Amino acid sequence: MPGKLKAKIVAGRHLPVMDRASDLTDAFVEVKFGNTTFKTDVYPKSLNPQWNSEWFKFEVDDEDLQDEPLQITVLDHDTYSANDAIGKVYIDIDPLLCSEAATVISGWLPIYDTIHGIRGEINVLVKVDLFNDLNRFRQSSCGVKFFCTTSIPRCYRAVMVHGFVEELVVNEDPEYQWIDRIRTPRASNEARQRLIFLMSGELQRKIGLKVLEMGGNAVVGYLQCFDLEGETGLVVRAIGTACTLEKISTLPATATHPSNSSPSKDMKDSPQAAPSTLGCRSTHSSPVHSASSRLSQGFSVSVPTLLFAGMKPRHRSSEAPRARQCRPGFGEEAPGVPLSSGPPTPLRAQTFSSFSPSKSYSRQSSSSDTELSLTPKTGMGSGGSAGKEAGPLKALLRQQTQSALEQREYPFFTLTAFPPGFLLHVGGVVSARSVKLLDRIHNPDEPETRDAWWEEIRQEIKSHAKALGCHAVVGYSESTSICEEVCILSASGTAAILSSRFMQDGSLDTEHRLSRQPLCVFSTGSERVEGDMGSSASLGFEEVVPPGCGFCHIPYDELNIPFPAQLTYCYCCRRYKVPDVLFTTIDLPTEANVTGKGCLIQARLCRTKKKAQGEGNATAISNLLPFLEYELHTQLMNKLKLRGMNALFGLRIQISVGETMLLGLASATGVYLTALPSPGGIQVAGKTPSDITYEQHISNMQKKINDTISKNKELHEINPPEVVEEIIGSPIPEPRQRSRLFRSHSESSDEVSELDLSHGKKDAFVLEIDDTDAVEDIHALLTDSPTPAGFYSCNTEIMPGIQNWTSAIQMFTSVRVFRLNANLTNQGLNKIFSDLCENLLKSLYFKLRSMVPCCLCHLNFTVAIPEDELIQVAVTAVAMSFDKEQSLENGKQSGEKTLIKAITENDEQLQFNLELNAETSSPNPLSSPKGLSEVGSHPSARDRCSSWIEQLKLKAHTIRRGSVKTTSSLEKASPLPEGRSRSLRSNRSYSGSSVAVVKMTPLSFIPGAKIIKYLGIINMFFIRETTSLREEGGVSGFLHTFIAEVFAMVRAHVAALGGNAVVSYSMKECVFMENPNKNQAQCLINVSGDAVIFIQESELESTSVQTQSATTHTSNGGEGT
Amino acid sequence: MLFKKMSMELDVFVGNTTVLDEDVYQLWLDGQTVTDAVRIRIEAGALQECEANAEVLLSDTMDQFRTFQMCERLLQSPSKVANQLLFQIPPHRQTMLIERYYEFDSMFAREVLGKKLSKGTKKDLDDIGSKTGIVLKSCRRQFDNFKRVFKVVEELKGPLVENIQRHFLLSDVLARDYAAIVFFANSRFETGKRKLQYLSFQDFAFCAGQLISYWTVGAVDNVVENMDVDLEKEFLHDLKDLKVLVNDKDMLDQHKSLVCAQLRGKIKVFSEMEASFKNLSRALVNIASKLTHTKDVRDLFIDLVEKFIEPCRSDKWTIGDLRLFLTHYSSSVHTLEAFRRQVIWDRYMGVIKSCILKMYHD
Repeated sequence: MPGKLKAKIVAGRHLPVMDRASDLTDAFVEVKFGNTTFKTDVYPKSLNPQWNSEWFKFEVDDEDLQDEPLQITVLDHDTYSANDAIGKVYIDIDPLLCSEAATVISGWLPIYDTIHGIRGEINVLVKVDLFNDLNRFRQSSCGVKFFCTTSIPRCYRAVMVHGFVEELVVNEDPEYQWIDRIRTPRASNEARQRLIFLMSGELQRKIGLKVLEMGGNAVVGYLQCFDLEGETGLVVRAIGTACTLEKISTLPATATHPSNSSPSKDMKDSPQAAPSTLGCRSTHSSPVHSASSRLSQGFSVSVPTLLFAGMKPRHRSSEAPRARQCRPGFGEEAPGVPLSSGPPTPLRAQTFSSFSPSKSYSRQSSSSDTELSLTPKTGMGSGGSAGKEAGPLKALLRQQTQSALEQREYPFFTLTAFPPGFLLHVGGVVSARSVKLLDRIHNPDEPETRDAWWEEIRQEIKSHAKALGCHAVVGYSESTSICEEVCILSASGTAAILSSRFMQDGSLDTEHRLSRQPLCVFSTGSERVEGDMGSSASLGFEEVVPPGCGFCHIPYDELNIPFPAQLTYCYCCRRYKVPDVLFTTIDLPTEANVTGKGCLIQARLCRTKKKAQGEGNATAISNLLPFLEYELHTQLMNKLKLRGMNALFGLRIQISVGETMLLGLASATGVYLTALPSPGGIQVAGKTPSDITYEQHISNMQKKINDTISKNKELHEINPPEVVEEIIGSPIPEPRQRSRLFRSHSESSDEVSELDLSHGKKDAFVLEIDDTDAVEDIHALLTDSPTPAGFYSCNTEIMPGIQNWTSAIQMFTSVRVFRLNANLTNQGLNKIFSDLCENLLKSLYFKLRSMVPCCLCHLNFTVAIPEDELIQVAVTAVAMSFDKEQSLENGKQSGEKTLIKAITENDEQLQFNLELNAETSSPNPLSSPKGLSEVGSHPSARDRCSSWIEQLKLKAHTIRRGSVKTTSSLEKASPLPEGRSRSLRSNRSYSGSSVAVVKMTPLSFIPGAKIIKYLGIINMFFIRETTSLREEGGVSGFLHTFIAEVFAMVRAHVAALGGNAVVSYSMKECVFMENPNKNQAQCLINVSGDAVIFIQESELESTSVQTQSATTHTSNGGEGT
Repeated sequence: MLFKKMSMELDVFVGNTTVLDEDVYQLWLDGQTVTDAVRIRIEAGALQECEANAEVLLSDTMDQFRTFQMCERLLQSPSKVANQLLFQIPPHRQTMLIERYYEFDSMFAREVLGKKLSKGTKKDLDDIGSKTGIVLKSCRRQFDNFKRVFKVVEELKGPLVENIQRHFLLSDVLARDYAAIVFFANSRFETGKRKLQYLSFQDFAFCAGQLISYWTVGAVDNVVENMDVDLEKEFLHDLKDLKVLVNDKDMLDQHKSLVCAQLRGKIKVFSEMEASFKNLSRALVNIASKLTHTKDVRDLFIDLVEKFIEPCRSDKWTIGDLRLFLTHYSSSVHTLEAFRRQVIWDRYMGVIKSCILKMYHD
């Protein structure tokens, strides 16, 4: 009985007129929690009622506190007929259950009605008194913190990273219940909204329990999704990474501040306690329902990108998909190929044993009725060797971490950014997909079947990672696409090798433990970590690897490469092998050495398919998937080469299924990793029998491609690596020639040398245009228009090469729906889809042109096929302005790394040390005190916190140098874009409106600001429906209003929690349905994020020099929200 | 070719901070259709910006227009703009939105000035639109704004300009213009006669300002409860007493000789002035004495033009001559010993003088 929830209804405003006669409203409020309801008095005849109610008290279990939302209904009193509902407010009280988060919810919240939208606002006060009765066997998990952020939250440090947590709950969808036929749309929508609230609460509670069992106190990278399966139910599922976090106190001395809320406090500082939690973990890692057998296998491909490198794609394409294709048909033959080349994983053994040796199609029905087993399992990546690593040093390391990881069922991490030193090596992208039939689920109301499905996929992912010589998967995510009864489940991540530093491991040797004790405290910004890296290295279980390139070094055995790849010696350290191309799903590690800037790269693909039903449909889709996946990768690779880059980060491949087509959209951020070899060009090769005009055509095309490449290189400031080497000052400086030599030694492939001779160009990527398809492909390649001047774009958190953000940010959501009018060929479809995405991007650039120079970060595209012949594309991203002048200087001044000295003095206050840290660690022979002061005199610096450092230094140098004034005037002279300068002016004259500004961003940070508190997770689900579509401005008007309303509600709830921003915001679902003939439309939106309090960095130092004051103004700018 | 194969069903862009393009806002306020707005933007060189194409521009314009339409409901009660939650708009942008929404074409205002702001007049908007070249939609907005402001402040007590500013959050300049419109609409001054056509909205707005400042109840009493919209009845009644200036032959002659003495050699039109002094004086005093009738109040401006300005103009008075004349005409009354209503005279002539000077042009 551990909680008392108290609510007080203060007032209402802007209420709608409910009584036409008087043009007024007699409003009262019902406050409901669980089964208890309280009512306020009726406040007669007012649109701005002042209820000022007593405190309504609910005495409830904390289990209910976690599951249930507080439901506030505003009604209009009617003496003669039934009271009319004005609208509702659902309040998630979860943030109040954690002592480190919010303490009270107080403020104006929009009153929402699913038919009319926002109808006025209500001022409420909500508090929770939690009795700290910590029952070990409780069902609640109050106090476990949840973060959507996929990195260690800014004001915490990770003590331990426990690992993967997942949960899934199922319920009947109220829309499909029989009662829905007789109730109003409003009642149906509200039932659905409430149900999803309840399910999310339950899910979060269950995940929390698992975290507690593991000994953690937080979930980072919490990703919750809905599957609207239709008849079979409504699924809410979530994954996340369990961690033990510790709040970073402002004082460095009290680093090990005990966090009061965490029941697992005892765990925190004692690694000795680890064994006990190991037991817990094992229970966690085998959820009860996971026992179900993996009867069948979905299709899956592991895609270590290297696969396609330097190879002739045409040959491959004909081979690989065929192999896959035939497998469902010839079930018996199939296992031969992949099994011979790799050791059978238990999964595979199981998979194949479950196949009945009969003919393919009968097999499906015999193995299980509920699932369709199509196993076009391929050898793309997993088919290669999964052999153990060779290097003895590596092996030692691996044994250690592996033992830590192998005990987990799924060594997965939803994180995309890591504490320094955590991520050691990256193997490549692993992904798995599986096609399922929803109408074959035995017990639709139970989660078992879906659990089994996901388990299958996760096992697949795990085995793929193994094949890449990796023991963990990072940047892991799961998604679904549903069309009628067919459901595609997808999972993807990046195979990686992690350091055991943040992981529990009972079997660690003492040496390690000793070393770990000082190490185990990691803070997002602390010099200490840097030192740790050194110490860990000296202990000998990891080679000394310059951190800027370490993660690029191959984790697999070079003699036993799981797929054909060209390996070279690392261009940074020259000691370890690196692949020629690297694809990952994670963010660019902050310590990575990058040349130039990055850019958004998208591969887009449409494939028609025949309309079909049931199994036939599923088979057709399964057959198409490998082609789709393969072509997306080819496109990505081509586009990457075309931009002269060699690595992709944040890769997200979305495959959406419709009745007559499949859509594939792969987005990633391309960069040039300094450690990786320079990518060769793209070579066009024609048909062998060719005439002169044809050759002419080919050479024209070749020229175009070459021009594009060089143009792109210029655009993204990708300088030849020779220059880069000098700047970075690699510890083992080697002349370029020698490195070439090195490389040619390692290149044993005849094919490559042949190329060398014929074209005089290394590693040229050959595109054979032997058919019209290929010609189209090349044209498509060249149609991607570059971003307009002043714009950059990426889908990751940070853009390499840009750090000096101003605080002007603009988060936005854009949704487009297109109707395809004609029967189109694949190529026609492709073109349309590609143009659609390109045009959308163009529109975004145009819309945000006032923010130039700016970067669109976290450009997150979501595609869907809401109906036959409709394509829906939704984008959520943030536009962030940066200072152009500084960024230009940036490129030249690599000597700025020396700034680190300033940081060491003050590291604890800094928010962005993480990045700085990375830089410290990169060896820099140029660093000298002289350089330091030189840098200090410029208002430019590399990092976001640069101006702060500047200031420190300026402070120090003020008297001596007397240059402060000059600097500031320089700064002011820099031409601010009009909009910004305007806002600057206005902010001085207007003392602020009555509504608090709430910033929103899909990123985990706010430029120029320090997050001082996380207030809890925001997870909201809304349904909006209309029966007067035309009157509301058509579909666009309807959706525009709805999205604006969703933003408004998110902002209001954050403000009520006492916050001023939402970070890691995302719109996870936007399901739009229309019926223009009936003048109706319905839309469902699910959004989430972390509510935070931030303070402008400039406000941190009240005694600021003028340099700073210049930034202050911009950072306070109202524009930047 | 692309368009044949697909069509945009839905296209929205929503920013956390509402994205507002001031140029597009103006086009929307001007009542342009989306198609026309796109054309105008292209002509203004919008395609050069950011490598845009016509499609991008169309999408942007539609989206902006929709945003403004959504904001319109709020703009109609500006005090709500600041504490609504739907749009996150920085305060300075809020001010801009409101100010621009309430800005009007003086051409349009000139046409509506003094007319009853009723539905009947709204039908005339079509005519006004075709006359002034202002798009009907824009006329509607402007007319509705006049009506809205009028309705709100009509019954309010206290200074008119301040009331408008407080309720509609407008700048001082714009609030003054609205005060003029409200004032004219309330007193229904005749402004539509052909002879008054040469006067601009700004001329009338100036006169309205003078009338509000000196002839209303609020002008003398600083008590806030007083109303600013109506002319002070008592004052108008007292104006009858000025008749003595023209009815008393001695006084009229004395007045004339005083003025002539002052102006001799100073104005070019001295002889014409001397000849028409009695007529002019009679005109001004008669206008004053008739103001007790509502009908005559309405005719104030036409009377001034017909009975005073036109005679002067036909005698080719310069503005300087007129100023000198009016100055001495009103000041020399102080030396008329028999005349007792000096205060009323000054209050009357102060306004009349500045109005005439403002109105005296081609």
